Amino acid sequence: MDTFTTLTGIVAPLDRMNVDTDQIIPKQFLKRIERTGYEDGLFFDWRFHNDGTVNEEFELNKARYEGTSILLSRDNFGCGSSREHAPWALDNYGFRCLIAPTFADIFYNNCFNNSILPIKLDEDTVDGLFKECFATEGYELTIDLPTQTITKPDGGTIAFDIDPFLKERLLNGWDQIGLTLRHEEKITAYENAQA
Amino acid sequence: MPKNIYQKIWDAHAIETEPGQAAMLYIDRHFVHEVTSPQAFEGLRLNGRKLRRPELTTATMDHNIPTTDRSIPIQDPLSQKQVDALENNCAEFGVECFNMHNPNNGIVHVVGPELGFTQPGMTIVCGDSHTSTHGAFGALAHGIGTSEVEHVMATQTLLQEPSKTMEVRVNGKLPVGITAKDIVLAIIARIGTAGGTGYVIEFTGEAIRNLSMEGRMTVCNMTIEGGARAGLISPDDKTCEYLKGRERLPEGVPFEELCEKWKSFASDEGCSYDTLIEFQAEDIEPQVTWGTSPGMGTGISEKTPVLAEIAVDTDRDNTQKALEYMGLNEGTPIDEIAVNKMFVGSCTNGRIEDLQAAATVAKGYTVNECMDQAIIVPGSYKVKEEAEAKGLDKIFIEAGFEWREPGCSMCLAMNDDKLNPGDRCASTSNRNFEGRQGKGGRTHLVSPAMAIAAAIKGHFTDIREWKFN
Ligand code: SF4
Repeated sequence: MDTFTTLTGIVAPLDRMNVDTDQIIPKQFLKRIERTGYEDGLFFDWRFHNDGTVNEEFELNKARYEGTSILLSRDNFGCGSSREHAPWALDNYGFRCLIAPTFADIFYNNCFNNSILPIKLDEDTVDGLFKECFATEGYELTIDLPTQTITKPDGGTIAFDIDPFLKERLLNGWDQIGLTLRHEEKITAYENAQA
Repeated sequence: MPKNIYQKIWDAHAIETEPGQAAMLYIDRHFVHEVTSPQAFEGLRLNGRKLRRPELTTATMDHNIPTTDRSIPIQDPLSQKQVDALENNCAEFGVECFNMHNPNNGIVHVVGPELGFTQPGMTIVCGDSHTSTHGAFGALAHGIGTSEVEHVMATQTLLQEPSKTMEVRVNGKLPVGITAKDIVLAIIARIGTAGGTGYVIEFTGEAIRNLSMEGRMTVCNMTIEGGARAGLISPDDKTCEYLKGRERLPEGVPFEELCEKWKSFASDEGCSYDTLIEFQAEDIEPQVTWGTSPGMGTGISEKTPVLAEIAVDTDRDNTQKALEYMGLNEGTPIDEIAVNKMFVGSCTNGRIEDLQAAATVAKGYTVNECMDQAIIVPGSYKVKEEAEAKGLDKIFIEAGFEWREPGCSMCLAMNDDKLNPGDRCASTSNRNFEGRQGKGGRTHLVSPAMAIAAAIKGHFTDIREWKFN
């Protein structure tokens, strides 16, 4: 698994609540049997009109957000289907960090299994970021996982919380199965006790 | 100390790892389908790993398969490839697989319970959020991502932090015409789609106790739509009765013994929860969603929201976006909303009782001429067989409904069953997200009876005033 330590990148604003995984990657893109190649399906129904033409109004289609790697959104991001194709699509497109007030449970876990950092910030802070992002072309943030801080273009910083174990995993790029198998004798002992 | 059902199942399955770290929860049953598993099998292959306990894993294909004549090959090569991948992976790794010609085939969450794989006190996972369905039996059932699918395959465990618990108590008696679907839609409309985030919900109270097992499955199925990690209902005699004689119960154990063990997982008298929310069954109306998330719903006698009455800015924006997508004006009476498509089926409402309820409404009527399509898709082959044995298929066909082969179908439209842009559908499925049933399609979630009634009238109508033939 890739590691995550620091990241400086352009922020793309997605000013909606309850962005669900059907929206992040619609079902017609779920037929692949690989973990890659989902970037063209990301937010497909928003990026393209029904007739297939590009929706110029949609944020990600605007030149100013080209090359973005940080996605800013609202409450309950990633709700709905458990499809891991959602973090795959975000990752394939280039997003490495997501910021929102809350994330849906399954989606949140799935991010860590793909070296994507989901950051929860309170609603007011997120609101402030939206305002600054809309107001400033080329708005960039620097995310520093070891110190758990976000640095803004004006030098201001925001601290964020993260579970220490999940943080370690991202920093080291640990494969979860490998970690669990270090406890294999405990699993065997459990099975023997049940039998 | 009295324990609730979640604590009991947790205690019986949690294996400690290291202090301060998530526990390994031992998994008793792992269900697999074709969409969320190929990358997990591939991961095992790349790392030279096997399934730790292949006999605890069961696979079925449901999302991609056609609901029309199955003797014709699947037309979409990508769907075919995914279905083939499942069959080949299962053969390679020693997993039982119900392919689309197998008599046990059907939607994963319908098949598990009907074969008796799903039992009280178990831990169950599947790479599918509606795994919460199995909670109806008092099994702790989680939806997981594909990396976790691979983790469970390799280790038979899932890493979990203990959840907080929420009791959702539905007191009183359900009025005539109100179903499990209406209960759960009313709950989500109140708590919101993120209301249960971080919680496992146990549904309690007289109205829940009085539901059939199938009704309980409908309620637990949609727990995930309220954001909760899992939904549970304590097992009782009804649970045992449902499971009695099912094919895949443990062999060589007297049924009474099994039943006693199962019931021992029920929440103890006087146990506690972190949160309690109460509902009164008598207050629940037939529900219809008007928006683009399952929490955007209301009673049939109500209207769509009026924007000026919403105080919070983000909520108002959200509502406005939803109404725009749905092509609805604010303040529109729900029973004036006209539909042109109908779908009865899915793991929420594709079981025999659902079809029975649908047939009771349909009997002696004809699908309205404004309808472009009205399909009925049983949740499994077993459901289909039983429905046909009861003659339900005839009632549907006579009334002008299409009677299909089992599968997920128009619940998520990965096969050919989908809405076109602008279509408006009365659907018994669980998600009304933008584009869920087809790009540009508009979904209204309802109970089976309400869906059939809408297809006959051409618009939503109050099932409590229906004239049954
Ligand atoms: S019926 Fe719908 S919700 Fe249920 S498993 Fe299939 S796609 Fe998922």
